[in-house]
Amino acid sequence: MRHFIAGLTALLIALPLCAAVDTNSPAPDFTLNAQSGKPVGLTQFKGQVVMLNFWASWCGPCRQEMPLLDSIYKKYGKLGFTMIGVNVEPDSKAANDWLKQTPVTFPILYDTDSKVSKLYGVSGMPSTVIVDRKGTVRMIHRGYKPGDEEEYLSSIRTLMRE
Amino acid sequence: MRLVRVLIALGLLYPLAGCAPIEPWVKPYEREHLADPIMSLNRDPISSDYIEHVFGTREGAHGATGSAGGGCGCN
Amino acid sequence: MQLSRESRRSSFALARTSLAARIAALVAFGALGSLPGSAGVLPEDEADAMYHRYEGGGLTVEGPSVLIRKKIGDNFSVSYNYYVDMITSASIDVLLTASPYKEKRTQQSGSVEYQHGKTTYSVGYIHSREPDYIADTSIFSLSQDMFGDLTTVTMSYSRGWDHVYRDIKLADGAIVNDPTFAQQVDHRSYGVGLTQVLTRNLILSLNYQALTDQGYLQNPYRDVVYLTPGVGKGWATAPQVYPGTHTSNAASGDLKYYLPYRAELDFFYRYYTDTWGIGANTLQLGYTQPWRHWIFDGSLRYYKQNAANFYNDLFPRANAQNFEARDRELAAFSSYTVGVGASYEFQVPRAPWIQKNTLNLRYDHMLIDYTDFHTLYSNSVIPAGGEDELPLYRLDANIIQLFYSLYF
Repeated sequence: MRHFIAGLTALLIALPLCAAVDTNSPAPDFTLNAQSGKPVGLTQFKGQVVMLNFWASWCGPCRQEMPLLDSIYKKYGKLGFTMIGVNVEPDSKAANDWLKQTPVTFPILYDTDSKVSKLYGVSGMPSTVIVDRKGTVRMIHRGYKPGDEEEYLSSIRTLMRE
Repeated sequence: MRLVRVLIALGLLYPLAGCAPIEPWVKPYEREHLADPIMSLNRDPISSDYIEHVFGTREGAHGATGSAGGGCGCN
Repeated sequence: MQLSRESRRSSFALARTSLAARIAALVAFGALGSLPGSAGVLPEDEADAMYHRYEGGGLTVEGPSVLIRKKIGDNFSVSYNYYVDMITSASIDVLLTASPYKEKRTQQSGSVEYQHGKTTYSVGYIHSREPDYIADTSIFSLSQDMFGDLTTVTMSYSRGWDHVYRDIKLADGAIVNDPTFAQQVDHRSYGVGLTQVLTRNLILSLNYQALTDQGYLQNPYRDVVYLTPGVGKGWATAPQVYPGTHTSNAASGDLKYYLPYRAELDFFYRYYTDTWGIGANTLQLGYTQPWRHWIFDGSLRYYKQNAANFYNDLFPRANAQNFEARDRELAAFSSYTVGVGASYEFQVPRAPWIQKNTLNLRYDHMLIDYTDFHTLYSNSVIPAGGEDELPLYRLDANIIQLFYSLYF
């Protein structure tokens, strides 16, 4: 019984240590190149609600999610919201080929040396981080299953009303 | 009794494996090659099943040929 | 209806594949969805249609295999496979005491996979039917992803029940089951596997499987040969006798390496041992090279086993041992198989629901060199110099697979 309680306590202590970027902590700043080749920094979007989506062309659920993210961007993009697709592939060719076939209207940034993926502690593919107008992380979502977009929409609507 | 304690210890370790004291050395965003279909453990199950059946009928040895895992690790 | 043993061994006595064939159905459950492909992710939806053909040593087995796999909702995946072996056999085993025959074996299997978080559960069922053998198998497996999805642990259990019958030819030519013959076999298997991502380019899979069989493990048509020096052809036949139990252990390792220019190298090794005294080593090297819309595969397989302890090609006299068998599957031999395959991916216009189509062709050439199985036909005579002057049997077989895969 003692062993069991000790183990359980250790587990409860250890769990919070696992997150890299936490909700209610400031979103780390970064600068990455966009499709145009120009560098884009996160601070440019302060004052807007930002949704960061870490994706790769080799990741099935990521590809499945992209058109849905595009429709979210089309709906809220002019109302103080922006979607940023952070592509994690070291070689952008496959991603660009896929974007030619399945274009999206939101900005794509290229994290070719995995700097930002490490910074945000990306622990699953895809990963979505929603940042509020003040630059604080408010939601982290790993993976994608059909229906997850409802979660994103509810979070975005709440944050946009702030 | 000792076995039960070991099993409990393992059982407690298992949820920790999700955010491990052992940091995964291949990050989810580094799995491009592992996600490639040519690295699949069983690319054409209908074919591998058949050829195992052919060998199994002619040989004395059987078993230990199925695998699960690898891939993109998505979701 | 009482039939004498002679009429049962009529000119159309059917000699069938041995226990090995039946065990093969039990262990070949990887494709049937009973083993999850990649834990944490359900397998993709697909439909496959295959034509398969084995030809060698006087035996031809061909037929279709159709597989369909579909996700249901977010957490379930179901699969179904329909497989047929159409057998035309004039193999050396048949020609020893009987005449060529034709037969059909049909196998249907289904499975359901359930995925929840990092765990995948799978349940499957196989039903195999031929005129004189019915085999049912149930399979359960559980797969768990751990350590950042770098490790997958799989555990599986399967249970099989076989009903063995024996075909006889009646006076009017009809083939029926001998009403006096009905036997059973019970199979159990336990398996555990570990797949570990070692680097961005390297995956290791380790597998262990233990199998137990109990019941009527022999072939009701096959005989053993014993020497009768100075009498007739110098040899005679008697029915084979197998032990009633069989336990085996197999352990394997598979290493897959991604080559930087986009190709794959595969190395496989398996060690097998059982209570019948058979020890076997399997080694396979594979190479996969994609090129534009194509994927090319090549493989080299080497297999070597020693004979079962109750196996003898030519027993010294009648009733030499309690258990006696002359089945080639239990003999000592080395086998070499070379395989090549090509897969072509194409798009179908105006069908956006189709993700991918592939047309696949695979050819394997198998060579088996027996070291203790001599070529003996029903009219063979033992040479004056003794049985060692008979040529050792060698098998050359061609194996073809042609299949179309649709991913949707």
